[in-house]
Amino acid sequence: MRVFNDDKWLNESLNFVRHKRDLASKKLDNWEYLREVASNIKAHTITHLDSYLEEFEAKALANGIKVHWAVDAKEHNKIVESILKKHNAKKIVKSKSMLTEECELNPYLENRGYEVIDTDLGERIVQLAKQRPSHIVLPAIHLKKEQVATIFNEQNSDPTYLTNIARVRLREHFESCDAAITGVNFAVASEGAFVVCTNEGNADLGTSLANVHIAVMGIEKIIPNMQDLGVFLTLLARSATGQDITTYSSIFKKPSRGKEIHLIIVDNGRSQMLGDEKFEGALKCIRCGACMNTCPVFRRVGGHEYNYVIPGPIGSNLGSSRDIKEYGKLAFASTLCGSCTAVCPVKINLHEQLVAYRGVYKSQVKESKDRYYKLTAKILTKPRVYRSLIKLAKYMPHWLYRGVWGKGRVAPKLAKKSFKDYYESL
Amino acid sequence: MKRVALFIPCFVDTVYPRVGVATLRILQKEGFEVIYPKNQTCCGQPFFNSGFVKEAKELAEKFYNDFKDYDYIVAPSASCISMVKHHYKDLLDADKFREINKKSFEICEFLHDIVKIKSLNVSFNHTIALHQSCHGLRELELATPSELNLPYQNKIENLLNLVDGLEILPLANAQECCGFGGTFSINESEVSKKMGQDKLANFKASGAEYLVGYDNSCLMHLASLEPELKTLHVIEILAGVADESF
Repeated sequence: MRVFNDDKWLNESLNFVRHKRDLASKKLDNWEYLREVASNIKAHTITHLDSYLEEFEAKALANGIKVHWAVDAKEHNKIVESILKKHNAKKIVKSKSMLTEECELNPYLENRGYEVIDTDLGERIVQLAKQRPSHIVLPAIHLKKEQVATIFNEQNSDPTYLTNIARVRLREHFESCDAAITGVNFAVASEGAFVVCTNEGNADLGTSLANVHIAVMGIEKIIPNMQDLGVFLTLLARSATGQDITTYSSIFKKPSRGKEIHLIIVDNGRSQMLGDEKFEGALKCIRCGACMNTCPVFRRVGGHEYNYVIPGPIGSNLGSSRDIKEYGKLAFASTLCGSCTAVCPVKINLHEQLVAYRGVYKSQVKESKDRYYKLTAKILTKPRVYRSLIKLAKYMPHWLYRGVWGKGRVAPKLAKKSFKDYYESL
Repeated sequence: MKRVALFIPCFVDTVYPRVGVATLRILQKEGFEVIYPKNQTCCGQPFFNSGFVKEAKELAEKFYNDFKDYDYIVAPSASCISMVKHHYKDLLDADKFREINKKSFEICEFLHDIVKIKSLNVSFNHTIALHQSCHGLRELELATPSELNLPYQNKIENLLNLVDGLEILPLANAQECCGFGGTFSINESEVSKKMGQDKLANFKASGAEYLVGYDNSCLMHLASLEPELKTLHVIEILAGVADESF
């Protein structure tokens, strides 16, 4: 990975968000208890997904929500298209949904003549810049206000001014839209209702104005009941940005008269993770992005250095589970500092999963450097061989190996006498 | 008398022997019978963390055999202890793992929690900044990680406060990873160096004379970027050997 060209600023911005998260979490005396409860709820739910999904579907249908099931991204995109076709919808406003990024819905629809407008401010910025989000909660965190001004064709780079420009321009799109697409933060099984959290109200405006609302969710978004929702709403925004709660936490239960709500429940590889004790914990993720804000590697490189749609520690795990050969390298782009695990509101053992994926990767992908690891390990199982090699290395002049650790480093000097030598001379 | 096996990680043995000597002396001073099992080599962490599970398993078995006959296993390296104390669960059978897990301690943790040391009679008239390396912090809980909403405690500071004349100066982002990460420092060299330079800049800004830690691997990484850097392992100060040479 390459260090981001303006890493100091990116690092400080994300550190600031992490700091806000610390302050918010420390205002709640029962924070660690809540994490434990949230982790337990999710662990319970993902091991009983079949019954909760069935309960949810039955209740949602009774509420008048049209429920669709998609086994993969392709089917998801086709279902969206068929709904749009049925309603003769051409222009779609979309609030933030990482699932639609995962399914590459925008290019799919655009190639078929639909106009998709991302309405979350950060998403809109990266859409206009023809980039992908670099962060799941802060999609345009890699761009500075001056760059945003250029993307908006504006001279004035004052953030308030630029936000107003976006608001005015987006308003025109909202008013002329035919359909609204949103993601889903939580789907409550006992109610057949789903929850969408935003700070900008863009999901609410779009779904209020359009006659058809298409919501898309991964199967892991399900939670048992409203009491559980309280736990997750307490954790989500605090973990994500340090706010007590998102400005809008809207519960969608039934369509307004004359309107339709479609909900697409997507697997796209998620069920493969079930039943594998080491890895299924990643399905607990509530997509708060805290692991990205705290990750010292993410803060230095930015989200675009990760080749999976979701960057950072959770993304490296999800990508590895999706396709170990394609994304498994990401599991190595971590110092295993464990800050992600400590910050995670649902207690996913993120850094331990990364290590485990490294094992999976190495069991499938052979590299030329493997033989050095294997040889070194072999030597270390034979103390005598190891000791004689250490002795030899000691006689090697420092200039000969000072560069072995790579450019820009001076390898450490070996001591004249090892600890073992000292111990034996006592 | 309780028998303590000294686990001296490979790079401490060969690059920082004084840290091993400090560990040995302080344990002897506290009345333990201290033995260095001479067949020990490496706990296997570099292999485990690089995905070479089979090789790591062999080294974990070897470690178990080298250390199984002692009451305690003590090492001046939090990361290596965390490896054997926690991550051996994936490499050893449950009984062997439980045994290793129960009796392995990082030296400062051992002095603080088992020996419950109350005085040292050493002085160190210098200013230091304390780098709180990741595995000791988040896996061994030598201090409270800032991510967690738990009452603040810091075992390392508690121990250093027993030293006369020493002043701990605040270090910005003291709990952030220094960028070493074992083979990460080779595989992701650019990012590793950048993280190290940021750590060094924070250290410089602290104004302290010494950068002190409980993991020589991190200190070695930082010193490779800044050869003039003055580093010390906590135990060198606690044992009063910081000024001796070997």
